[in-house]
Amino acid sequence: MNSRIGYVAFNTFREAVRDRVLYNLVAFAFLISAAAVLVGEVSIDIERLVVVNLGLTAVSLFGVVIAIFIGIGLVSKEIEKKTLYTVLSRPVRRWEFVVGKFVGLTGTLVVNTFLMAIGVLLALLYVAHRFEQADVWVLVALYFIVLQFLIVCALALVFSSFSTPLMSAVFTFALFVIGSLADDLRGFARITQGLPGVVATVIAYLVPNFSAFNIITQAAHGDPVPGRLILYNTIYALLYSAMAISGAVLIFQRRNLK
Amino acid sequence: MNNASRVYLIASAVLLVSLAGGVAMLSAIDRIQMKPEMQQQALYIQSARTLRRLSLGYTGLLADIYWTRAVQYFGLQHHKGSGDFRLLAPLLRVSTELDPEMLPPYQFGANFLGPKPPNGAGLPYDALALLKFGIAHNPDKWRLYYNLGFLYFTEFKDYKKAADAFAQGAQLPITNEFMPILAARMAQQGGEFETSRILWYSTYQNTKEPPIRQNAVDHLRALQVDEEVTQLEKLVAKYREQTGHLPANMADLERVGFIHGIPRDPNDHPYKLTADGRVEVQDPQSILYITKGLPPGMSSPMPVPERSNR
Repeated sequence: MNSRIGYVAFNTFREAVRDRVLYNLVAFAFLISAAAVLVGEVSIDIERLVVVNLGLTAVSLFGVVIAIFIGIGLVSKEIEKKTLYTVLSRPVRRWEFVVGKFVGLTGTLVVNTFLMAIGVLLALLYVAHRFEQADVWVLVALYFIVLQFLIVCALALVFSSFSTPLMSAVFTFALFVIGSLADDLRGFARITQGLPGVVATVIAYLVPNFSAFNIITQAAHGDPVPGRLILYNTIYALLYSAMAISGAVLIFQRRNLK
Repeated sequence: MNNASRVYLIASAVLLVSLAGGVAMLSAIDRIQMKPEMQQQALYIQSARTLRRLSLGYTGLLADIYWTRAVQYFGLQHHKGSGDFRLLAPLLRVSTELDPEMLPPYQFGANFLGPKPPNGAGLPYDALALLKFGIAHNPDKWRLYYNLGFLYFTEFKDYKKAADAFAQGAQLPITNEFMPILAARMAQQGGEFETSRILWYSTYQNTKEPPIRQNAVDHLRALQVDEEVTQLEKLVAKYREQTGHLPANMADLERVGFIHGIPRDPNDHPYKLTADGRVEVQDPQSILYITKGLPPGMSSPMPVPERSNR
């Protein structure tokens, strides 16, 4: 990696840690421990299901919230604090700044997810007393959640590159919700004809398909995930992030920072 | 080319290539059917009371979403030619419990639930429960009594209850001119063709939805064929009684004055007379829902669901 991108990325990560982002892990640890201990008391035979469902859902939602709320401030905060001028006055190009910010934010989320994943696996071990072969799908689900974060970070960065933090949060969250219903949207597009059908199809393919990354229920039931889905989702997440980052670079290149 | 232009060019190229690649990947993901199937078969919260709490009071919007989801679910299952409609009744129940005054889920939902597959889910008792719930919350809506009477007549063949439903609907301050006629027809328990014709004709008159109007037209055409074939076969039997042999063709019936001209089906094809005295339509597949005029062993033609291209 370009060393300038690396510096921007490392600083983004360091700033996130300084902003106490990783404190969410405390809330997560409390949630998952409480679930692991309490569910056995109030329910029958769904301990594993609850730990996987609740754990992975929490990993996903905590991560998305972090991605949105840090991502939206990545550019605007630098402008507000006037630190952006210092960065850009050094030999750091605008595109390197954008890519560095993206890498730094996703790095933060990967570390955060890794720590949460350990929590989920420990809770799983606590309720089931041993790991099963089917638990490998929990790891695949966690991997898909990380892919989802790539796209959310990229989208937050796109909006952050031209909009206010509040509007960026609204746009990114709205796209996250729409993308989570992408299957329904494409189902609707398939059965709609004429102009509404064309519009629905275009929208269905333009919005990020977060629903394909959500295999939490399958993982909880130990259902296998096809290898092709893992491959396609990986490529899709990389392509969609690349597209969004390119858009952010194009916008940020043109932005008047005076 | 300066540095900025090069960045523009590369970023634009990456954007376009990744957009095209993303769409291609999404299509590939769609082809792995496991995921959509799984999602479609899941209705995580079936309690309207829980949903009402979760909706923070926005029950109307949530009801609209659930009703839309019910339509999509029915449409997709029908589209796939699937006979599995297990989520339909819960989806309709949730949407109506969230907003009991929303009428389309009762009217169309009963039409989705009642008829046997492939036209419906084959769950007439669920349709009945849905309509009764609708009437309990909207006792002044004649359409719901109409739908109830229709359901009793078509799916249960219960003339008495159908007549009661139409009669109750006919007594409402705002009602429809067909309601007393239908109530009277049901009470007489006779003239099935004529009763069915009035029902389908009133359905055609009282809806603006093209698929429902087309369905009514298809049933009216089928009724015409069923009635004409029944009538013609009676004349063939009468001819045999009088002459001691079967007519060779329709012209024989015309010659003895039983008919005037060669009768034609709704597709304007002349009816055929078979060697064993049965009357058949020329192209049975082209007239949906007919029960008469079919070659031996052939069942009623039903609409062919459009299968997904996936």
